[in-house]
Amino acid sequence: MATDYLEITDLTVSFDGFIAVDTVNLTVLKSDLRFLIGPNGAGKTTIIDAISGLVPSTGSIEFAGNHLQGKKVHKIARLGVGRTFQTSTVFEDLTVLQNLDIAAGAHRTPLTLLRRRSAVPEEVTAALETIGLTGQIDTLAGVLSHGQKQWLEIGMLLVQNAQLLLLDEPVAGMSHDERNATGELLQRISTERTVVIVEHDMDFMRSFAKSVTVLAAGKVLSEGSVAEVQADPRVQAVYLGTAAAAPTGAEI
Amino acid sequence: MKFLTSSRFSAFVPFLLAAVVLFVLAPGILSDFRLNLLARYLCFAIVAVGIGLAWGSGGMLTLGQGVFFGLGAYAMGLHMKLDDAGPGRAPDYMPPTTDWLPGWIEMFRSGPITIAAIVLLPAAVALVLGLATFKRKVRGAYFAILSQALAAAFALLIIVLGSQSGNYTNGTNGLSNFRSFFGYDLNDPVNQRMLFYLAAGFLLVMVFIARQLRNSRYGELLRACQSSEERVRFLGYDPANVKVVAYVIAAAMAGIGGALFVPIVGIITPMDVGVAPSIAMLIGVAIGGRGTLWGPVIGAVGVAWAQSTLSEQFPAFWTYVQGALFIVVIAFLPGGLASLGSVIRNARGWWDDKRGRPAEPPVAVTDDLKTDVGSRV
Amino acid sequence: MDVVVSQIFTGLSIGSILLLAAIGLALTFGQMGVINMAHGEFIMAGGYTAFVVQGLFENAGVGLLLSIPVAFLVGGLLGVILEMTLLRRMYHRPLDTLLVTYGVSLILQQLAKTIFGTQGKSVETPTWLQGPIELFGFDFPKTRVFVLVLAVVTVVGLSMLLKATSLGRRIRATVQNRQLAECSGISTRSTDRLTFFVGSGLAGIAGVALTQLAPVNASVGQAYIINAFLVVVVGGIGQIKGAVIAAFVLGIGQAALEKIYDASLARILIFVAIVLFLQLRPQGIFNVRTRSLA
Repeated sequence: MATDYLEITDLTVSFDGFIAVDTVNLTVLKSDLRFLIGPNGAGKTTIIDAISGLVPSTGSIEFAGNHLQGKKVHKIARLGVGRTFQTSTVFEDLTVLQNLDIAAGAHRTPLTLLRRRSAVPEEVTAALETIGLTGQIDTLAGVLSHGQKQWLEIGMLLVQNAQLLLLDEPVAGMSHDERNATGELLQRISTERTVVIVEHDMDFMRSFAKSVTVLAAGKVLSEGSVAEVQADPRVQAVYLGTAAAAPTGAEI
Repeated sequence: MKFLTSSRFSAFVPFLLAAVVLFVLAPGILSDFRLNLLARYLCFAIVAVGIGLAWGSGGMLTLGQGVFFGLGAYAMGLHMKLDDAGPGRAPDYMPPTTDWLPGWIEMFRSGPITIAAIVLLPAAVALVLGLATFKRKVRGAYFAILSQALAAAFALLIIVLGSQSGNYTNGTNGLSNFRSFFGYDLNDPVNQRMLFYLAAGFLLVMVFIARQLRNSRYGELLRACQSSEERVRFLGYDPANVKVVAYVIAAAMAGIGGALFVPIVGIITPMDVGVAPSIAMLIGVAIGGRGTLWGPVIGAVGVAWAQSTLSEQFPAFWTYVQGALFIVVIAFLPGGLASLGSVIRNARGWWDDKRGRPAEPPVAVTDDLKTDVGSRV
Repeated sequence: MDVVVSQIFTGLSIGSILLLAAIGLALTFGQMGVINMAHGEFIMAGGYTAFVVQGLFENAGVGLLLSIPVAFLVGGLLGVILEMTLLRRMYHRPLDTLLVTYGVSLILQQLAKTIFGTQGKSVETPTWLQGPIELFGFDFPKTRVFVLVLAVVTVVGLSMLLKATSLGRRIRATVQNRQLAECSGISTRSTDRLTFFVGSGLAGIAGVALTQLAPVNASVGQAYIINAFLVVVVGGIGQIKGAVIAAFVLGIGQAALEKIYDASLARILIFVAIVLFLQLRPQGIFNVRTRSLA
């Protein structure tokens, strides 16, 4: 499974002539936990959108030996690419179990789909354990707390058996303890998978990132470990640490 | 396991009740005339079961069920007219000189082909329109408007086919004056009763199918599509396929309802299949509770009963009632009568809540329309 | 050549009617997301307004011209009443607005039948609109030219309203980002009401125009509402120019098809063409890009 990694070459995304992502090269290996950071409009979410097939792009996106570009969103998902969104999008009218069961079932045959669920699938039980929602198995997802919804989303990625996880601000709005729990969960998950996280929370990033890519104005500015990136003067100039140098649009 | 078996049993109680009402009580109490009226309402209830599936579970506001109802009805009507005319002869409404019929009319001479067409024609039309729209992520309001335009176009098509020299559909007059139904004399009250049992039986089968679908994994997936189609897509499903299945089944059910309508009522015209009757088919579903299994059935029978009771004597008054029902139910009781209990329970809390709070803030473009815009980029 | 010119004129004429019927929808449906099926009955109300107003004046021309602003007010008021009583609680359920407003449309139609009877009411054509007018060496009915001019004036007026006035800026701001608009001190409630007033008022004007082509009756709205919505769908939401192009393309298309087939078949073919068109451009001719998802 040496090919189980994400390789992006010369990725460019433009909206009506505005170049949101400009010839980005990115390689994320299996068991990496890569954070994408950068000021607003740097193209972080757009890169995730391009990988998951939401926006058209040029260049090349390859994961586990498959070219993803030009494929439809659900076909890309079937190749083991899972993602979350800035605002959590669980199925609010369905229970936690139903949410997870749907996520686990993309490869079910029509005949299986037309039958009633006879037992809780094994991977769903395992995921419930991992995300700590075993007690809420029959709760409607709509009444979960914000943090629980985010975890449910991660649980859905797990049962989906995604090998490449793209998470868009997974800890936004979470309490400090919830953040830590989520970070540890993500670290555990990442040992067997490739994980890419878009994040604005610098503390969270410093605590849990295995590697970091800094983007600015659609280009890769710097890449490396947290320490390397923080030491990079270009990063300091546009974004991190030194508040005096922070341009408008930078957060935190 | 014991819980499971008992809950399964209790789920069949409504079926048992419905069967007793339809097969024992109604035929025992009602006159032949009333029974025939009830049979007519049951035809609309069959359509309503399908709408409950497509609209209630799948969120597809289908304003064109009259088209599928009409396809089933005209297939059956043509068969009965051809049957009445006798082998090799044209139906009585066509010009007397007609000595040749096109293949698409001639095929309805065959009973088996007609029965297949009643299900397959609506299903095929729904499949084509469903794939053409859902695959291109045309949905929400756009789908509703297109399905309504389809109803308008279909009613016109029936009229056009009747206005040409062959007079294949008898235009605005529609098909009527049937004498027999698959060899059974329609003037015989016994056969009219048989038609009632047929409609009742089909209704129970349709509700059973809907129940199985709703409780299956597919049913959960369908509701997930209503909740967030995009999310379903990112889990590796094509929501277009999920939705089109429900839409096609709803269309087939409407076709069956239409096909039974013709021998029971004895007439089918373009007026029964156009824009207005198509929307009217929704109101019963909304009143009964679009998201429930039995709500659409009860609502459709209730509305059809109210309509035939009121509109015969006061047609204008019925229009006001119908309009008011749409407004009151959809605006103030979107869950239908099925949700009345919880609405009343919440009423007190809501009243207390409302005191210190401004009116609901308008959020112009959210929910379906917003996902529309987003995904249509 | 004669045929081509007269066909194009017929097409533009049909297109201008579609445009008048649809332009208000482009505002209420396209910009606010409300699917107002009663829009057709606001058109009807405009027609009856012309009938009533004209009855008050000796001079048919004065009555007709005066009925244009009055019909705008009548349509607009009906729209505001609808918005304030029902729609404002339903902005988060756009699909349901379709059914609620359909109920309203049923009631308005029946009211019109009760008040004005089922027979169509003719609105007199003033002498200066009677007969043909010669343009480029061809004769065209003056009434159709009047409708065409009215459509163009209405669209230009609306575009100027949206571009150049503070109300227009408020409408556009609210549509593009409601929360931000609210934060910037715009009362989105009153903007919604005003948008609905203008959109519904335009239906009233359309109603006046239609009286010059046929007597007004209770079902005139039904005849136009579906095609008007199709114009907005094909045009793409959020854009007035999309509706303009769609209306005239559909108008010319329908005129051409009616020349070859009969009117009913033409409408069926137009429907098929629209479904096929949406295969190529599901978002319509124009649309506003958003980055929102879910």
